[in-house]
Amino acid sequence: MRHIISVLLENEAGALSRVAGLFSARAYNIESLTVAPTEDASLSRMTVVTSGSDDVVEQITKQLNKLIEVVKVVDLSEAAHIERELMLIKVRASGKDREEIKRMSDIFRGRIIDVTDSTYTIELTGTCAKLDAFIEAVGKGLILETVRTGSSGIARGERVLRA
Amino acid sequence: MHATKFKLVKVLQVLEKLDQFVTTAYPLRLFSIQLLGSEIMELPGSEISGAEIVVRCLQEEGVECLFGYPGGAVLWIYDELFKQDKVKHILVRHEQGAAHAADGYSRASKKVGVCLVTSGPGVTNAVTGIATAYMDSIPMVIISGQVPTYAIGEDAFQECDAVGITRPCVKHNFLVKDVKDIAITMKKAFHIATTGRPGPVLVDIPKDVTAAKCRFEYPKTVSLRSYSPVTKGHPDQVRKAAQLLLQAKRIMVYSGGGVVLGNAAPQLTKLVRTFGLPCTSTLMGLGAYPGTDRQFLGMLGMHGTYQANMAMQHCDVLLAIGARFDDRVIGNPSHFSSVARKIIHIDIDPSSISKRVKVDVPIVGEVGDVLDDLMALLLESGNEGLDAEALKEWWCQIDKWRSSDCLQYDRTSEMIKPQFVLEKLYEITNGDAIVTSDVGQHQMWAAQFYKFDKPRRWINSGGLGTMGFGLPSAMGAQLSNPGATVVCVTGESSIQMCIQELSTCKQYRLPIKIVNLNNRYMGMVRQWQQFFHGNRYSESYMNALPDFVKLAEGYGHSGIRVDKPADVEAALRDAFSRKDELVFMDFQTDQTENVFPMVPGGKGITEMILAEEL
Ligand SMILES: Cc1ncc(C[n+]2csc(CCOP(=O)(O)OP(=O)(O)O)c2C)c(N)n1
Repeated sequence: MRHIISVLLENEAGALSRVAGLFSARAYNIESLTVAPTEDASLSRMTVVTSGSDDVVEQITKQLNKLIEVVKVVDLSEAAHIERELMLIKVRASGKDREEIKRMSDIFRGRIIDVTDSTYTIELTGTCAKLDAFIEAVGKGLILETVRTGSSGIARGERVLRA
Repeated sequence: MHATKFKLVKVLQVLEKLDQFVTTAYPLRLFSIQLLGSEIMELPGSEISGAEIVVRCLQEEGVECLFGYPGGAVLWIYDELFKQDKVKHILVRHEQGAAHAADGYSRASKKVGVCLVTSGPGVTNAVTGIATAYMDSIPMVIISGQVPTYAIGEDAFQECDAVGITRPCVKHNFLVKDVKDIAITMKKAFHIATTGRPGPVLVDIPKDVTAAKCRFEYPKTVSLRSYSPVTKGHPDQVRKAAQLLLQAKRIMVYSGGGVVLGNAAPQLTKLVRTFGLPCTSTLMGLGAYPGTDRQFLGMLGMHGTYQANMAMQHCDVLLAIGARFDDRVIGNPSHFSSVARKIIHIDIDPSSISKRVKVDVPIVGEVGDVLDDLMALLLESGNEGLDAEALKEWWCQIDKWRSSDCLQYDRTSEMIKPQFVLEKLYEITNGDAIVTSDVGQHQMWAAQFYKFDKPRRWINSGGLGTMGFGLPSAMGAQLSNPGATVVCVTGESSIQMCIQELSTCKQYRLPIKIVNLNNRYMGMVRQWQQFFHGNRYSESYMNALPDFVKLAEGYGHSGIRVDKPADVEAALRDAFSRKDELVFMDFQTDQTENVFPMVPGGKGITEMILAEEL
C-alpha cells in the first residue's frame, strides 16, 4: 500500500541524511521525498511517499520518530488529505503537435512558461497520478525532459502538524 | 601555550590582590597557582579554549575514566588532559580497544563509558566498538577529533566524515563547528546517551574549534523538543496486562537486556518470586533474575535450554520485559507465532514492539516503573490472584522438560571439556566474578554454565557478536570495579583480535584472568560447517597459533598452559590466588565439542538439536 508520511524535523545539517539513511539501512522504499523549511525557520517539513505492508509502515513511523531530530511524524494516508506535486516538462512542439500540446496543457490546467519555435515548457501541478496521466497523454516521443518535485501532503480540515 | 600563559597572568593578578602573598619565594607561588587553578577559571569574562571546555564538561559530568588514543586532531584536548587529574586517561593500544573498554566500563557499572579518538583512522578504528555498543544499547559518549573546519571537505590529511560513517551505528551524533556550542553539545550527548533506550553518541570536534576560545558555562539541564522519551507505562495498558496475567494458566516471563540496562532486576525478581512464575532470560539479560534460583529455567534461544524454549512456545501468556524477540532468541517468527498465546511486551523503545512478532498488550515505558505498577495492580486483586492450581500443573510440565538435563556433557573424557572448565571457574570464583566474553562457542558455554545471580556481571557482545570484545571490555569492567574479580572467557581466535590490549593491562596493572578455551578452531564456525556444510572445514582451523604462555610473558604477565582435565582446577586456583596479576590460562580443549542444544537457523525454537541426537 502506498503511504504518504509527513515529518516535522529540526532544520539542521544532517537531518535529511539521517532520514534517507534510515530508509536505505532498513530497506524501506522511498517513492519520493521532499523537504523545505517551514514558516518557523528552525523546522523543516518533509513529505515521504513510501509503500509497504501495514507492519512495515508502522515500523517506518516508529523508526522516524526515534530519530533525535524528528519532532513529529504523521501518516497522512490514515485520514483525508490533499497531496500535490509540481512538474516542469519540456516537450517538442512543432508542426501539428504544437496546437495539440497547447490544448492538452489546457485540459490538464497546465501553464506554458517557456516557449521557443520548437519547444514548450509546461508547469503542471496535481496529484502524482495526474502528472503520470499527462506524461502518458503527451507520449514519450515528444517529451524532451521532465522534472518533478515529489509529492507534498497536508491533512484536510482542522488536523494540523505542528511542533 | 597561550592558554597557560593567560592563566598564569590571571593567577598572579589574583595573588597580588591577596596582598603581600606574592612577594615570598617562588615555590610558594607555584603551590598557590595549583591551589587557585580552578578558581581562576571561574573569573567572570575569562575565556578558555575549546579543548579545556571539553575536559571541563567531562569533569562536570563526573567522568572519572576516559579511554583514548592521541593524534593530531585531538592534541589540544590531550594538552588539557595533561594539566588536570580529575579525569583519568587510560591509554589503549588500538581505538577499537578504547571503544570496547568504555563499553565494558559502562556495562559493569551504571556509568557512561567515554572515549576519545583522533580524526580519520582513529575514528574508523573505533567504529566496530561503537557499533557493538549501539547494538546492545550501551550508553557511551565518543569524542572524535576532526580536521579544522576550514579544511573539511578538502580531503585533508586524516580527514574522514566521522558523522557520516557512524550515523547508522550511533543513537545520535554531532559535528561541533563553533567553540560556543561545545558545552551544550556535550550536555546533549550525555543526556541522549543515557536516557530512553540508551546508546552511543559521537561528538566530532574540529581541531580549530578546540583551539578557539570562549567563556565556559556548563548547562545544568537540557531539553530537546524533538526528544522526550516516555517513562511511565500507560495505566490502561498496565491494567490490561494485569487482567491477562490474572486469567492465565501458563505464564512465562521472558526477560532481556533492557532489564539490566533499566536497573530493574529487583522489580523483576520481586514479581517472579511473589507469584512463583517461571522465568527465562536472553543472553543479554543474564543476571537480572538469579541464575541459581529454581524458578529460573536458564537462557533461551538458539543455544537456550530445552525447558526455556519449550515453555516459551507452550505458555498461554508471555510476559516479555526489555527484550526484543531477536532472531537468535525466537528462531523462525512464523513458527513462533503459530501457537495461540497472548503476549505482553514492556519496552522503553516503541520500535522494538511488534517489530518481529505481533504483541497483544504493548507497554512503552521504563521497565522498572512499569513492573512496579503491574506488581501493585496484581497485589490489589487480593484473593482472586493467579490460578494456583494451574500454575502447579504448569510447573509439573516444566520440570518434566527440565529433567531432560539438556546441558549434559561427557564428564569422563580424557580431553578437557570446555564446559568442565566453566563449571570449575564458577565454583572457584564462588559465582562472584564479572565475566566478559568474546564471540563463539566459549561465549555460549559461559552463558550456559556460569550462573549469574546479579546483573552487570555478564558482559558480552550479543547484538553485533564482535570477536575482540572480551579483553578490552574486561579492562573497562575492572576499572569501574577495581576490587572485583574480572574474568575474560575467550577462544584462541577471538583473543587475537584485540591481543594488543595485554599491554594496556600491564600499564594499568589490571589483574584480569583470561580463560582461553583453545580448541585450535574457530569453534562456532566449525560447528556450523559440521552441521550444515558437510564437514567441509573451510578456513576455520587456526594454524600457526602463538605460544600463549610466552606471549603473555612477553607482555609482562604470566601464563599457564593446561592440557589435562586433572590439572584444570589446580591451574584455576593458582591463577585466582594471584590477586594482583593478570594470568593467561590456556586450556587445550576438545576440538570436536559442540554447543547444545541448538536451534538451526530458520527453525522454530522447539526444533532443537540435543546432544544425544548426534
Ligand atoms: C569480528 C568477527 N569476525 C568474524 C566473526 C564470525 N565468527 C563468529 S564465532 C567465530 C569463531 C570464534 O572462534 P574462537 O574465538 O576460537 O571461539 P570458539 O568458537 O572456538 O569458542 C567467528 C569467526 C565474528 N563473530 N566477529
